[in-house]
Amino acid sequence: MSSNNDTMGKTLLVTVLLCVVCSVVVSAAAVILKPKQVANKELDRKSNILAAAGISDPNKSVDELFTQITTKYVDLDTGKYVDVPAGYDDAKAAKDPQQNVRLSREEDKAGIKSIAQIKPVYLVQSDNGDVEKVVLPVHGKGLWSTMYGFLALEGDLNTVVGLGFFSHGETPGLGGEVDNPSWKAIWPGKKVYGEDKTDPKITLIKGAVDASTPNAEYKIDGLSGATLTSNGVTNLVQFWMGENGYAPFLNNLRAGGA
Amino acid sequence: MSKTKDVLVTPIFKNNPIALQILGVCSALAVTSNMATAMVMTLAVIAVTAFSNFFVSLIRNHIPGNIRIIVQMTIIASLVIVVDQILKAFAYEISKQLSVFVGLIITNCIVMGRAEAFAMKNPPLPSFMDGIGNGLGYGAVLLFVGFFRELFGAGSLFGIEILPLVNNGGWYQGNGLMLLPPSAFFLIGIFIWIIRTWKPEQVEKPDFEMAPNTKKEAA
Repeated sequence: MSSNNDTMGKTLLVTVLLCVVCSVVVSAAAVILKPKQVANKELDRKSNILAAAGISDPNKSVDELFTQITTKYVDLDTGKYVDVPAGYDDAKAAKDPQQNVRLSREEDKAGIKSIAQIKPVYLVQSDNGDVEKVVLPVHGKGLWSTMYGFLALEGDLNTVVGLGFFSHGETPGLGGEVDNPSWKAIWPGKKVYGEDKTDPKITLIKGAVDASTPNAEYKIDGLSGATLTSNGVTNLVQFWMGENGYAPFLNNLRAGGA
Repeated sequence: MSKTKDVLVTPIFKNNPIALQILGVCSALAVTSNMATAMVMTLAVIAVTAFSNFFVSLIRNHIPGNIRIIVQMTIIASLVIVVDQILKAFAYEISKQLSVFVGLIITNCIVMGRAEAFAMKNPPLPSFMDGIGNGLGYGAVLLFVGFFRELFGAGSLFGIEILPLVNNGGWYQGNGLMLLPPSAFFLIGIFIWIIRTWKPEQVEKPDFEMAPNTKKEAA
């Protein structure tokens, strides 16, 4: 403990050396681990898409399974496929005034203010090019948070294959039950549209759905104790399946091509 | 040798950072809703306290007194970033659940408290041990709280079902409060109570004594 530690020179020297050493360590960690982190994010996204599409095989890796899936980009306005520059990120585009669509109060059922004009869609195609399943990214406000997930439809573009959220901040045990496997198991087989293919009929109701009631195929059990989260799920599904969401694209696809 | 052991073991029960020193409670509330996150958080805090103590102690004779807190913070912050990066690369699922709380280890009073109180005055090796010991002490509380919160809230431990929930067709109705952060207050309180019953010397003298009743009872 020499007393000359407190001189100006020593103080500066220690500060500079410390900063240099620390910044080297931090940047080294960031640079060396970056590829692994990016790979993790990508793997996470892919496994969520596969989970929504109900594709799983314990003997195959996520990357192998993902080879069945074709990623395409859709212009929500026209409902046609478009090409995008490499590295296009729809989450970033939703915030960019050049690439987003601002929603008016009436349009904005899901409470998300603006959406990207171009969204990715994930297709599972058979060998001759028929669409077997479509996985659509969806998001919307729940009670506390914006919930992000994927909704997968069968080749008839009406029957649900599955809905899964990969990111949300709802109350654990109540709204957080959107992650509950037994609740998610209600979704497969439900129908999104009735006669009108731009106006989704699917909703969450209070309590459990009685299968014998009319229109039971459009109804999903609400989450008990989580009315606002349930409303949020209804709203986001209705929004994304509606005319401002994927309905134009699905209609094009139904008509034979997009 | 026994001194090293002392430094390592005393913070676990005798001088527990959360129970006796009441440091680092905020993160103990947030990351204890299940055992897996509590475990990873424990490891992260042990790594950070141990290495920050070690490095602070290593250069303790060269740290100018008037910027010592900033020097400690810089070392701690760098280590926390490194830990965060490692978690993101090797334990992505868990790092998503821990989210900001790994970053908040920087402000965890235990880390800085030990750097200032112990590492500034002791050689590197005992400091390192002191860091591990305090990390373990923090971890003991985290795991205690995590055990009860996950068991009674979600009916599982480390994600393995112990009490089958009604929601999944079992018989156990999960206690929703246990999944929310305030339940950790009760559990930490009970933990402190148990420790102080076992080791009564930890009970603090009350700041204010209630005055004896001076009024004469009506005759």
